Amino acid sequence: MELLRDKAKSLLKSGAVQVVIGYAAGSATDRFRPHFARSADEADRLVFGDGCRQNLAVYLLKPEVRAMGKAAVVGGPTTLRTLLQYAVENQVSDGSAVALALEDGRVEELTSFAAVEEYLAQRPHGLSEEDRAELEQHAGRSREDRWAYWSGELARCIRCYACRAACPLCYCEQCITENNQPQWVPVASDAFGNLEWNVVRAMHLAGRCVNCGSCAAACPQNIRIDLLNQVLAQEAMTQFGAEAGYSVRKEYALSVFKPDDKETFIR
Amino acid sequence: MTTFSTAPSASERRNLYTPHKMRIVKATDEAPGVRTFQLQFVDSEVGARFSFEAGQFGEYSVYGEGESTFCIASSPTRTGYIECTFRQAGRVTSALADRQEGDIIGFRGPYGNTFPVERWEGKNVLFIAGGIALPPVRCVIWNVLDLRDRYRDVSIIYGARTVADLVYKHELAEWDQRSDVNLWVTVDPGGQTPEWTGKVGFVPAIVEEVRPRPADTIAVLCGPPIMIKLTLPVLAKLGFAPEQIYTTLENRMKCGVGKCGRCNVGKVFVCKDGPVFTLAQLNELPPEY
Amino acid sequence: MSESSILQRASLGAWLEAMGRAGRRVLAPVQEADRVVFGTPSAPEQIATGFVQTPGSAKSVVFPPFDEMLRFRTNGEDVHVEEPSIAAEPTVLFGVRPCDAASFATLKAVFTWDSPDAWVESRMANLTVISVSCTQCDEYCFCTSVGGGPGSTQGSDILLTPLDDRRWLVEVLTEKGRAAAGLAPQLFAPANGEAASKEKLLAQVPVRFEAKEVAGELPSLFDHPEVWKEQSLRCLGCGACAFVCPTCSCFDIQDERVRDQGTRLRCWDSCGFRLFTLHASGHNPRHVQSERWRQRVMHKFSYQPERLGVTGCVGCGRCSRACPVDMNLGEHVRRLSEMSV
Repeated sequence: MELLRDKAKSLLKSGAVQVVIGYAAGSATDRFRPHFARSADEADRLVFGDGCRQNLAVYLLKPEVRAMGKAAVVGGPTTLRTLLQYAVENQVSDGSAVALALEDGRVEELTSFAAVEEYLAQRPHGLSEEDRAELEQHAGRSREDRWAYWSGELARCIRCYACRAACPLCYCEQCITENNQPQWVPVASDAFGNLEWNVVRAMHLAGRCVNCGSCAAACPQNIRIDLLNQVLAQEAMTQFGAEAGYSVRKEYALSVFKPDDKETFIR
Repeated sequence: MTTFSTAPSASERRNLYTPHKMRIVKATDEAPGVRTFQLQFVDSEVGARFSFEAGQFGEYSVYGEGESTFCIASSPTRTGYIECTFRQAGRVTSALADRQEGDIIGFRGPYGNTFPVERWEGKNVLFIAGGIALPPVRCVIWNVLDLRDRYRDVSIIYGARTVADLVYKHELAEWDQRSDVNLWVTVDPGGQTPEWTGKVGFVPAIVEEVRPRPADTIAVLCGPPIMIKLTLPVLAKLGFAPEQIYTTLENRMKCGVGKCGRCNVGKVFVCKDGPVFTLAQLNELPPEY
Repeated sequence: MSESSILQRASLGAWLEAMGRAGRRVLAPVQEADRVVFGTPSAPEQIATGFVQTPGSAKSVVFPPFDEMLRFRTNGEDVHVEEPSIAAEPTVLFGVRPCDAASFATLKAVFTWDSPDAWVESRMANLTVISVSCTQCDEYCFCTSVGGGPGSTQGSDILLTPLDDRRWLVEVLTEKGRAAAGLAPQLFAPANGEAASKEKLLAQVPVRFEAKEVAGELPSLFDHPEVWKEQSLRCLGCGACAFVCPTCSCFDIQDERVRDQGTRLRCWDSCGFRLFTLHASGHNPRHVQSERWRQRVMHKFSYQPERLGVTGCVGCGRCSRACPVDMNLGEHVRRLSEMSV
């Protein structure tokens, strides 16, 4: 904790950044909240612990935060991957944000995309054992079981769009669900409308999702929508070898045209 | 289980949000993307009961596309029909623009407060409007002109970006011909055509040039935010007090009846307490419009 | 008209059965997998009791996430329109917290002022609320700051207070409550002085601010240059707070159509969404998140008290529990109340 605070203070003091986006203590002992440290005093409120899971890279694109100046963002591998995915999608330019990578109480300052790539290259890729086991468990169920599960879960969706708001890669100025000419996604939060919304969301994140889990954590209905993203991430990996957020040179599989694409419909 | 029926039983209260069917009896293209519909109630009994006052608005709907909020652009002195003028912008207005004479659309209203035209009797009335904001003003203009002898000088300053963007061109010509109306029509610099004989210049500049006298005068001011912003100081310089200046707010609305929660400016519901406000009233409100 | 009696918990099944026989639909918090939701319990054991608060509110009973307002079918030039029935199913809402019972007063104020909304009015008229006092609370609860309390009877037709593992103290508060209790009068035994012990059994919910005072002070903070921005800096602009809130009632009206048939829907909406107030021209009266956050607070704690005579918050804490970024309404309003002194 002290290492993080000291690092934040030195970055702020030197003018290397104007804000450190980290976590502070929240409403309850097991809750943390995003915190914007712009002074030494504010840096002293930075904390880091097990519950600090929200992907803070989401704030890098917010006008209010951009207006503060250059930012350092605190996080783990998925936050770093977001940064690289932002680079791929031309949302953040090299050197315009600093990442403070936290691991086992140590803080590493990464000031370029190359440094982030190198850092991530030394760490395990893909799903954690836990996530993989969970996915396999779902995949092992019958089609009917899975349909029943998702029908039931998605029927509970209230369309508050907390998943979209918490997702750093859901940054569209105008989301397709709000496009009404034509109305692509049904507006009612009934089983069909919710299914359509959640499937469209998952599809748009296929090959882009960095598996931070912020969507599911944000869901007030506790729906495991991140599982949909994980399935599609696996699929994108299998089909295109595309794993989001490990390289700034990786193209987004679903928006790249290649003459030798294996699908015939595209040629 | 909710049941649906065409005719709720007499003991049931009417659904607040059910529109009346209205037939488009006349459709007029006013300017690029701007149309006027003259509408009559399909149910003549509803039509006979219907009344409204200048400044009120309604929710116009295309079944299957949604509802859109516009003022009633015709004058309450002209009965048997209402008119609305809209610019094609989103889903509903695009669908409305596709409707033709004879088609049926939905209407519910009238909603909101009114311009206190009766209180203005014996005074001069000055109308200042810009672009697509003439419709709410036009309602009051005809209201006043149809009761012409109750008012003193009637002056109209109207401007649009280009000659093509001027709405109600026939009526502008009619007002121009009348000896009991002072009319200045202007287009923004660059918006004139070779044949244009009106003024060229922004509305605030024309107001400054015309120099309307504030004594015993009511000013009705409607237009895009930038026009309002630049015209108000001119009126103030000429000596108009905030109580003399009226406008109508066009905050986004859905229900029109004070429930849906989006049109409020501070504690004020534009749909219920407005849409007509004096500048003195607006000065009391936060600038959330 | 409060009348006290004792009900054995073991008698609940018999009471619910009597309600069913009388044609009343019963909704209650039920345990579903790992969550508590409002549903129709098939047996009294299904009714969840140990929770501090349900994640979602009970407002859907009168104001569901979406309502079909109209159905229509275009037929050449003409349109065939069908309206939903205003009639509502007699419903007993059992086992909600006193804060939820209180929330119906706010909903009623919104939906019945000036132009009454016949559906919501009818659903309310057919609703009997049987709430259960809180014997526990958490760090998010602040009912006592907004005129409520863990044993408040406001908005309830009957209030039950757990006396111990076996018995409830029953307070019948309204005619509707009397009718519900009257469906099985034999189940209610006289309360012999137990009513006096109610206060001691209740949760201790600290008072964080006084909503009445805040209402008077907030207008002067409207133009504060910092506080709204600081409080909302982490806000993501989603609708979780509004959608779990028992009193938030803003809605959108949209049409859906498949070829020549369609419906007009009323859907929950939120002042936190950027599109909520966006004009077709692109102009937005509340164009940044801090203005939308200010609207949320002002609406609940200043505008509604002044215009409708109700506070738009019952202190249930759901918004703060649900917020992905820990925006804590009670904490923020307390801060505002301290600033305005």
